[in-house]
Amino acid sequence: MAMLAVLQGWDWQFDGWIMVVGVLCATSTALLGNFLVLRRMSMLGDAVSHAVLPGLVAAFLISHSRSSLAMFVGAVIVGVLTAMFTEWIRRFGRVEESAAMGVVFTSLFALGLVMIVQADHVDLDADCVLYGAIDLTPMFTFNIGAYEVPQAAVVLSVVTLINAAFVLVCYKELKISSFDPSLAHSQGVRPAWMHYALMVLVAVTTVACFESVGNILVVAMLVVPPSAAFLLTHRLGLMIVLSVVIGAAGAILGHVGAFAIPRAFGMPSTSTAGMMSVALGGLFVLALLFAPQQGLVSRSIRRFVLSQQILRDDIVAYLYRAGERHGEAIAKPSDLITELFSSAVPMSLALRRLVRQDCIRDCGQQIELTKQGEKLGKALVRSHRLWESYLVEQAELDRSKIHDKAEQWEHFTGQALRDRLVDQTSSTGLDPHGTVIPAEPKSDDDGPPDAS
Amino acid sequence: MIWSDLWDVLLLRDYNTRVVLLGVALLGAASGLVGSFTLLRKRSLMGDALAHASLPGLVIAFMIAVAAGGDGKSMPLLLAGATMGGLAGVACILFLQRFTKLKQDATLGIVLSVFFGLGVVLLGITQKMDAGHSAGLETYIFGKTASMRRADGIMIAITALISILVTGVLFKELKLLCFDADFAGSRGLRVWLLDTILMVLVVMVTMVGLQAVGLVLMVAMLVIPAAAARFWTESIFRLALVSASIGLVGSVLGATASAVMADLPSGAMIVLACALLFAVSMFFGTQRGVLPRLWRRRQLNAKIARQHLLRGIYELSEAEFQDANPGHWVSLIDLLQKRSWNSKQLRRQIETAELVELVRYKTDQVALTSAGYAEAARLTRQHRLWELYLVHYADVATARVDRDADDIEHVLEHDVVEKLERLLDHDPIRIAVPSSPHAMEST
Repeated sequence: MAMLAVLQGWDWQFDGWIMVVGVLCATSTALLGNFLVLRRMSMLGDAVSHAVLPGLVAAFLISHSRSSLAMFVGAVIVGVLTAMFTEWIRRFGRVEESAAMGVVFTSLFALGLVMIVQADHVDLDADCVLYGAIDLTPMFTFNIGAYEVPQAAVVLSVVTLINAAFVLVCYKELKISSFDPSLAHSQGVRPAWMHYALMVLVAVTTVACFESVGNILVVAMLVVPPSAAFLLTHRLGLMIVLSVVIGAAGAILGHVGAFAIPRAFGMPSTSTAGMMSVALGGLFVLALLFAPQQGLVSRSIRRFVLSQQILRDDIVAYLYRAGERHGEAIAKPSDLITELFSSAVPMSLALRRLVRQDCIRDCGQQIELTKQGEKLGKALVRSHRLWESYLVEQAELDRSKIHDKAEQWEHFTGQALRDRLVDQTSSTGLDPHGTVIPAEPKSDDDGPPDAS
Repeated sequence: MIWSDLWDVLLLRDYNTRVVLLGVALLGAASGLVGSFTLLRKRSLMGDALAHASLPGLVIAFMIAVAAGGDGKSMPLLLAGATMGGLAGVACILFLQRFTKLKQDATLGIVLSVFFGLGVVLLGITQKMDAGHSAGLETYIFGKTASMRRADGIMIAITALISILVTGVLFKELKLLCFDADFAGSRGLRVWLLDTILMVLVVMVTMVGLQAVGLVLMVAMLVIPAAAARFWTESIFRLALVSASIGLVGSVLGATASAVMADLPSGAMIVLACALLFAVSMFFGTQRGVLPRLWRRRQLNAKIARQHLLRGIYELSEAEFQDANPGHWVSLIDLLQKRSWNSKQLRRQIETAELVELVRYKTDQVALTSAGYAEAARLTRQHRLWELYLVHYADVATARVDRDADDIEHVLEHDVVEKLERLLDHDPIRIAVPSSPHAMEST
């Protein structure tokens, strides 16, 4: 019910079109944005969308009207010029790319400001350029047959189709010239042509979008969805698909959010364009945290699982050594914590898991190694001591330095590797410190002592 | 009229002009100084990102001020809010670069657009709030230099001083950071701390400059003077100095132009003045400028072509007369077949060589003068020494050595030639190596 109250005043006819325009913007920009992110040119959208100002003013001064077509042409010309000037300054002046971009777009923007003031009757709305007027797009319509379609939706559909066609047709060339320009050159692809084609399309797309969503949201749509997709996958094809999905989701969530969130706090709705980029940012943060391979949370979970596994190995090996020394493989959990440099929570988790795996028994104050656990401990201690022998005999390391390496490697050494180590070391049965290397545990029953 | 205005401006007669000119001059110098380090650290657009990122901080500060009562237009509070926003943006950028595989440009784009979007959302809410009026908060983004007040001037002066002091004290560390961050890390410098200090400087300059010249134009002040200065020098100390001077001169020029002529927004004029200085630097900068580089390459090409001519004549006369003493006339037709040059190029080379009296020329024949002979003998000697070296030590096939030696003979230094001589002394000599011209003169 609360949901419905928040959405009061929602008009599918009107708000639906806003979302369609947003999704089209997101799709057309995300398609190209992938290649900008891969080519480390993410700021190009920012540069182009600021730099087109003089183009807009010049178009206005020449055509004496605010006709969209003249404006569009003027802006695209200056947008393409921005990309070309940047490239020239980078190449002939040997200026680093982002600096070249900074020089070009700020200068053009300043030129535009001066031109606006000179032609004092230009009613260009700077707010419209910065924040966009996506909330107003359904007002300017265009008739296709019997349907009234917003002009922006028509323009953006065309741009989206062109971009999709470009990416599909030149997929291989774009891929190879983004990842390895020299290889592309040697294969007969012209990386420079790909570069300029991409630049022209970015300029066209940026100009087409920013009228409706504003230049900051264009930057967000160009960069944020591809970056999020980049964190989610290593495959270019999948990355493009994901970036389009993320961009579209961000656009829809953004509009709903702009409509609903402030109302939930009893305030009027706020800027859709702004909320769309916040929504994209939110989706990016989700990808950053939960991406299966590279997400921060996923990475720390994997690290925790590994540290638990190593801690369990260490507990078992500790108990086994205690058994060697004192005849009975028992220890107090509190001693384990200090001896194994662990703390209470991970230790209790590891112990609980070991009990469940039937490697240790909990006998009140103390824990004791079971038969199963003894076998595991034996394998670990055997690995450790074999590695020590190997390091001294084959790698000729100093005896004081071998323990740390053996301590690491024992967790990743299986029976096959142990057998190889036996072959490579002298068979005295003693490790370099003079301790007996335990025999290979019998592998007749299940529960392989492989930690790896 | 204009001239008397210009005079007034230049003599700083008007109080307002005085504040504005001094303020923008200091701002230009400070941003040029800080910008030279961010340029070398390849973080030119960092200013762009964090200037945008300051918007939500600004609006939140405004909202807090309104909630606490008051109209929310207290400048120090807004400035503090904007600075916090900018710093949060920098923190996000550094975090993303440290913990993800995203490259710098993408992290800048993400932070810039998402933070600014958040700012726009908050602004949209405040505009419809009952208390306080937020109109004018956006002018922060465009800036109004002409309305610069004494307080702003003082703030800019303090910022400029701080940035000069910090860069001066940490000059050596920043230099190391800019050229080789990994090496700096291995020398025990805390790279992240230095990076943070640099970024805090950028934030400070940007925040102060935002009001003075506006957002996009502030970005320009951080990027353009440094990029322009790069054309003039290869030394980081001079880069910082030149960059600060270009920032200063550009600011003063732009502000003067806007003060003298009506209707020219000063911020934009400052940027255009800096852009003009950039264009001049790009073409005429002594170290990396386009024209000086072209000129140097032409010089090198001319030198190489002349050396080819001299060695060609030497070798021909050697083949024809068994010795290559000056005064033997060689025909142009033979010379033409020595290298891949056409007769027009050859004639031009001969004419220029004749001007410096290295060769003598009569119809279709050419001869070395004694100066030309000494030079030609030296070149031929270098060429052959290198050929010998390649055959003996680099195991290059005899048929190929001529081409390889051709490439390097023009740039062999004297001590390398000596080394080659010593190295080849013990080997049986198969190609006649002419003795050193210096030795000949002494006999």
